Amino acid sequence: MNAPLIGARIERKEDYRFLTGAGQYTDDVTLPGQTHAVFVRSPHAHATLKSIDKSKALKAPGVLAVFTGEDLKVGGLPCGWLITDVNGQPMKEPVHPSLAQGKVRHVGDQVAVVIAETLDQAQDAAGLVEVDYGVLPSVTSTDKARAKGAPQLHEIAPDNTCYVWAIGDKAACDAAFSKAAHVTKLDLVNNRLIPNAIEPRAANGMYSRADDSYTLYVASQNPHVERLLMTAFVLGLPEHKVRVVAPDVGGGFGSKIYLYAEDVVVTWASKQINRPVKWTCERSESFVSDAHGRDHVTTVELAMDKDGKFLGMRVKTTANVGAYLSTFASCVPTILYATLLAGQYTTPVIHCEVTAVFTNTVPVDAYRGAGRPEATYVVERVVEQAAREMKLDPAEIRRRNFIKTFPYQTPVALMYDTGDYEATLSAAIKMADVAGFPARRKASEAKGKLRGLGYAAYIEACGIAPSNIAGALGARAGLFEAGEVRMHPTGSCTVFTGSHSHGQGHETTFAQVVADRLGLPIESVDIVHGDTSKILFGMGTYGSRSIAVGGTAIYKALDKIIAKGKKIAAHLMEAAETDIEYDRGVFKVAGTDKQKTIGEVSFAAYVPHNYPLDKLEPGLNENAFYDPTNFTFPAGSYVCEVEIDPDTGVTKIEKFTAVDDFGNIINPMIVEGQVHGGLTQGIGQALLEGCKYDPESGQLITGSYMDYTMPRADDVPNYQVDTRVTACTHNPLGVKGCGEAGAIGAPAALMNAITDALQVYGINDLPMPASPQTVWKTIQNAKQKKAA
Amino acid sequence: MHAFSYHKPSTLGDALSLVAKQSEGKILAGGQSLVQAMKLRLASPTDLIDLSGIKDLAGIKVEGSSVTIGAMTRHADVENNADVKKMIPALARLAGGIGDRQVRHMGTIGGSVANSDPAACYPAAVLGLGATIVTNKRKIAADDFFKGLFETALETGELITAVTFPTVKRAGYIKFKNPASRFALVGVFVAETSGGVRVAVTGAASCVFRATAIEKALTAKFDPDAVPADTIKADTLNADLHGSAEYRAHLITVMAKRAVTQAVGK
Ligand SMILES: Cc1cc2nc3c(=O)[nH]c(=O)nc-3n(C[C@H](O)[C@H](O)[C@H](O)COP(=O)(O)OP(=O)(O)OC[C@H]3O[C@@H](n4cnc5c(N)ncnc54)[C@H](O)[C@@H]3O)c2cc1C
Repeated sequence: MNAPLIGARIERKEDYRFLTGAGQYTDDVTLPGQTHAVFVRSPHAHATLKSIDKSKALKAPGVLAVFTGEDLKVGGLPCGWLITDVNGQPMKEPVHPSLAQGKVRHVGDQVAVVIAETLDQAQDAAGLVEVDYGVLPSVTSTDKARAKGAPQLHEIAPDNTCYVWAIGDKAACDAAFSKAAHVTKLDLVNNRLIPNAIEPRAANGMYSRADDSYTLYVASQNPHVERLLMTAFVLGLPEHKVRVVAPDVGGGFGSKIYLYAEDVVVTWASKQINRPVKWTCERSESFVSDAHGRDHVTTVELAMDKDGKFLGMRVKTTANVGAYLSTFASCVPTILYATLLAGQYTTPVIHCEVTAVFTNTVPVDAYRGAGRPEATYVVERVVEQAAREMKLDPAEIRRRNFIKTFPYQTPVALMYDTGDYEATLSAAIKMADVAGFPARRKASEAKGKLRGLGYAAYIEACGIAPSNIAGALGARAGLFEAGEVRMHPTGSCTVFTGSHSHGQGHETTFAQVVADRLGLPIESVDIVHGDTSKILFGMGTYGSRSIAVGGTAIYKALDKIIAKGKKIAAHLMEAAETDIEYDRGVFKVAGTDKQKTIGEVSFAAYVPHNYPLDKLEPGLNENAFYDPTNFTFPAGSYVCEVEIDPDTGVTKIEKFTAVDDFGNIINPMIVEGQVHGGLTQGIGQALLEGCKYDPESGQLITGSYMDYTMPRADDVPNYQVDTRVTACTHNPLGVKGCGEAGAIGAPAALMNAITDALQVYGINDLPMPASPQTVWKTIQNAKQKKAA
Repeated sequence: MHAFSYHKPSTLGDALSLVAKQSEGKILAGGQSLVQAMKLRLASPTDLIDLSGIKDLAGIKVEGSSVTIGAMTRHADVENNADVKKMIPALARLAGGIGDRQVRHMGTIGGSVANSDPAACYPAAVLGLGATIVTNKRKIAADDFFKGLFETALETGELITAVTFPTVKRAGYIKFKNPASRFALVGVFVAETSGGVRVAVTGAASCVFRATAIEKALTAKFDPDAVPADTIKADTLNADLHGSAEYRAHLITVMAKRAVTQAVGK
């Protein structure tokens, strides 16, 4: 038997190929007869298409085809979650065409595709497609979308409104506010972000005339869902005739969950020209075509009694969904947002109203955290502000309101199964040396600097479940996961998972789970993912669901392997099946020293010479589908400490401490990596990143790395991270998920620290990103206000 | 990127005749500005004349009290050169603060100076130190060289071969980085030279310029506290997402103070 692998810091199996450049990404796939596609995109935020002349482009060297919306008359790109408006009507779902139909609605909207023998030829010819645009006025800003006289995007969506949705008991909430000793109110903007995976999106579609089938290689987080949506809703193809492969994928952060127009176009076009068609997004193109994230405008009010005990919370949010509904756009600012507004607290009544608006911007969808960072930002900013107004220590106000008994039913639908919020908070306080903060603040002041400390105690919900409840809430897909464990005759093992790894390290973590349970060396277990022709089914990877849902599916398949293995072992050892005990790869006859290893059992299963053929099928290959009974609820406490240079507005993060509860941990090194990455993205949102459109022209101002600030290594401190464990109660691994936590908790902690530092000027809020200019300007305004 | 022909001459003479022959051609130095522009199809030269094969163009020579840096000398070589570090430490530090490691190992002083990017660092040193730009035709004083946005005194077919820097009593350079690009949002180079104090500001306007009011104040007293506030009118300055003209004007004062602090070694 091998040493236990669960909880071991095992180096990632996949890193050898990534670090040596041996990964195989979609763009690395070149098929016989490969052609190349370039999209002609709208340079305008809003315009009618008066005419498109493709004759010059068609005559250019190497050009094979030019297609426009006139050629591609198929279904619109579907939205996967139906939200019902407060008036009982379904949300407005305007057609989301793969190639524009008569109108373009954001800079980057795809108008035509040019396909040529080489990429250069396609690029040259794309410049020759003559599009006559009738430019219309545009609206890009979230809070102006519903203004009187705002340009209208879709006829079926008056006032640019997709839906108005609400959750919670409004009357009870208003009653709580009427009894409050104090109400804290904040107006908050959750800034729009542009995801920036290292690998840009790419798609390579191939049609095979031989059997009338298609293969699509695509940088995707969930190939089966991509196939389902594309075949059933858009192209009307039989699912079994389409194979979708998501090979190595260089990061997703949500932006590769969705079915995109380009994927549809290359698949469809490959049949039209009977040759494979490849498209790889350029970096600047990705800025105007990858789904963006966040973009909320919110007012929050928190009612308290005289001791700072929360009595109720009222939230009003306007969420920008962009020009069209992307695949999961509708559920992010509702189901994944408002249901998290209880946070870690016993707030007894909560009411939240969300208005989703269309604007002339790139569609907005889930981005690392998806709704939960927005919720945490609202809750943790208002709680910190409440502490200031109530003159309470920010840790103390949290403690007074923490949920302490589980399971806990929140007033916003979720039922938390377990947690220990005091444990993570007190650990974080200790690790961050909060006690030493006043001295450090003094030292900063002596240098003319301002120092601040901020907390965030976040909750998240991972692995949306169960499917039937999600369905009742509007989900148009299931939310289970599939796994398959295939023992080979000589005792090694291949595992197939419907989860998809695009940086998370599943090939190691999942292998640890399997190797540990089967008592195999980790080298004997390989994980296969990302190919609909190999894997049973899959709902893919997003929402930190992989280990909790995908891992459990594998675990359930292992249960079946072991159950069958017991039967085989019983036969081999001439014992009763009920006398067989199993522990990590060894089948034993209870009370004897007789035993068979999993390898011997596998061999017997595939070379069934001594085998109960009359009772048992040969072979040792099992699969399982797992639909969780509940979400998992990771939670944690973050403490951020900053130093601000008031002369320049520069904020330096001096310390960042994160103590998370992810349930049981399979590989602490990978978990730390996920936390580091998440924190960096959260810090990116709060300090650096911010998508800006020009309000007049609707042009994207932050259209490249010259203007859009991605976090770099020297923007972030050496993180102090640790974990506390309360095991999830409803999956056998006791795991919760860790992929998004950092991005969820970091922005509030950082902005709380910055506003803490700026208390000397009476500043309680400033917009994200808190760039040097923004901090400096906010200080100047506060000084002027004080002087006046 | 559009297709182009590539040439790698090994003498300056060959380079000049290629330049003369290819009217739509361009000189390629480190390619850290030009190649990006080509990738974005903002520049599409028919020919690239790569200067990296011309040995004489790279290298650092000390003659008396001046340092001459060949046009093809990479930023990293200036950053790490013992003579530069000793004689004009602010220049070595400036070179070491350009872009990232990869950029510094490709980018050249000639390319940077010829490009006259409004946010580039080298122009601040060239103007702040009162350097001389040496071309295949003539010597041009820094004060006469930078003309405007991406505009210099270079004539068609004229090529920078070197830049000569005088050593100065003391100098300092502080760059306030644009958070996204990390070019200079505002960079201030101050130098106490034999001919008086020079203060050059980059990043803030369409082209590097001298801040004469600050020069005057520092001539009276070379001390950080002597830097006067608000001497540069905001309406002459750039404004963009990362810095309003007002913010830039303020940063000029702050960076000038810090550059003087660095120069006096406080
Ligand atoms: C990521 C990144 C970050 C950067 N950050 C900074 C920064 O912080 N500060 C900074 O100052 N710069 C920065 N740069 C720019 C960098 O310093 C460039 O190297 C420099 O601006 C151009 O030099 P080059 O040798 O690469 O020239 P090239 O790109 O090869 O050429 C630039 C232009 O100059 C012309 N040219 C080149 N050599 C000569 C010559 N000898 N005579 C006449 N004309 C010539 C070319 O024809 C071309 O038009 C950055 C660049 C990148 C890619």
